[in-house]
Amino acid sequence: MIVKWFRIRTFWRLPNAVAQENLVEISDLSFAYDRRSILSGINMVIPRGKVVAIMGVSGSGKTTLLRLIAGVVKPSRGEVRVDGVRVNDLDTEGIYRLRRRMGMLFQFGALFTDLTVFDNVAFQIREHTGLDERMIRDLVLMKLHAVGLRGAQRLMPSELSGGMARRVALARAIALDPMLIMYDEPFTGLDPISLGVISNLIRKFNDALGATSIVVTHDVQEALELVDYVYYVSEGRIVAQGTPDEMRASTDPLVRQFVYGEQDGPVPFQYPSREFARDLRLS
Amino acid sequence: MFNRSALLNIRGLGHHTVDSVWRLGYAVRFFGITLASSATAFRRFRLIVRELYFTGVLSLIIILVSGLFVGMVLGLQGYHTLQTYGSESALGVLVALSLVRELGPVVSALLFASRAGSAMTAEIGLMKATEQLAAMEMMAVDPIARVVAPRFWAGVISMPLLAALFSAMGIFGGYLVGVVLIGVDEGSFWSQMQAAVDVREDILNGVIKSFVFGVAVTWISLFEGYDAPPTAEGVSGATTRTVVTSSLAILGLDFLLTSFMFRGI
Repeated sequence: MIVKWFRIRTFWRLPNAVAQENLVEISDLSFAYDRRSILSGINMVIPRGKVVAIMGVSGSGKTTLLRLIAGVVKPSRGEVRVDGVRVNDLDTEGIYRLRRRMGMLFQFGALFTDLTVFDNVAFQIREHTGLDERMIRDLVLMKLHAVGLRGAQRLMPSELSGGMARRVALARAIALDPMLIMYDEPFTGLDPISLGVISNLIRKFNDALGATSIVVTHDVQEALELVDYVYYVSEGRIVAQGTPDEMRASTDPLVRQFVYGEQDGPVPFQYPSREFARDLRLS
Repeated sequence: MFNRSALLNIRGLGHHTVDSVWRLGYAVRFFGITLASSATAFRRFRLIVRELYFTGVLSLIIILVSGLFVGMVLGLQGYHTLQTYGSESALGVLVALSLVRELGPVVSALLFASRAGSAMTAEIGLMKATEQLAAMEMMAVDPIARVVAPRFWAGVISMPLLAALFSAMGIFGGYLVGVVLIGVDEGSFWSQMQAAVDVREDILNGVIKSFVFGVAVTWISLFEGYDAPPTAEGVSGATTRTVVTSSLAILGLDFLLTSFMFRGI
């Protein structure tokens, strides 16, 4: 049993290349879907051990960036490197091997509705390791304890509140102690208490597991409190980047509008349309 | 000379045709990948057993009750028709052949499509809409091997069994009406049935039919769920398409299979 435990711990930790300063490196990346450009000219680095936010308004291409890092889609141009491995070149087997070292928290948890909380967290461990059920039980209970839901292990996802579901999904995302944890809109639809809990857990797990985290969000205040560095994406391009303090102090009108939630600015309030007077047939 | 509206109609027709051909190709590819991923499902047979419960066992009530009533109606109608020719003793043959060759496989497949097929489509469609399939892929678990293949084989295994139970219940229904209620001679009911029903010609062909229907219905149901747009409207549309397409496929395939199987009769 101890040998198995040691093997799983060391297997997930082994880097594919010599450990580099940056866990994720994206260079000159463009991505188009159906000839429609979603991202263009993206250059980004995610340093090891840091929590980095990718922020921007809805539809700016933030989630697509996560999908590119995970190898769900391939870039039209440029490259994505994760732990020194060029994701573009990987076949399905290679991408699956890489993903075993990644965890992802989806916007609404994406828990398996036909499995209990316990089985949701155990899912990945059962699929990818040969551990016996007693050890899986211990591991799952440790993960659930870390998110404060050990007592909810027998509940079904339909019996959980939104905040609890997100915490279970977080426990599932870290089930195999991943090197990279990605969060897709982790704060959406949460009450202030749950929001604070999730925010704390993101930082706690990142530091305790020695992982690297990417948080895609448009929850400005929460993100600026939590993260080490921010990339601001607008219309498929990185238009600003810096530490949270630099973002708060930015004079860029686009960043200011986003950070301070101004109603009008470079992102217009009105959807492009004809003159109002013409629509009302006054002119 | 074409006006603009006619050109748009032609373009729409072309677009629709290209879309349909593309979707058919996608469905065939999906079928191929499902078959290729089946080894995983068989290695972990408990996944198939679990799905057998949902698709097979939970369909039992509707199959058994429908089979009983269809058999009873056959008994009544058959008796009144045979009575005209003084051949009431052949009621057992009529009921058994109708059920084993046609009604058993076809009606049970139609019921299976409505009960289990629509449930499979809705379940997989909702798993897609709630990102459960995407989450599985992110965990390096192939959703086709883990979710689709076990359901496919559960459907294929349960369909012939359900059709056999449907026919058995139907024959029992025919017996209840013909022998117990109307008073047809019990000996001739069973002995003529035994003499006329051939294991290979009738029963085996019926089993082959229900196996083919099982493959078709389960494939359509799973594909519609997997391909459903991830919205409430998309899943609802996919569920409707499952029932309509499966029903048409069953009836079309039944005609084809019957024309091959019973050519010499």
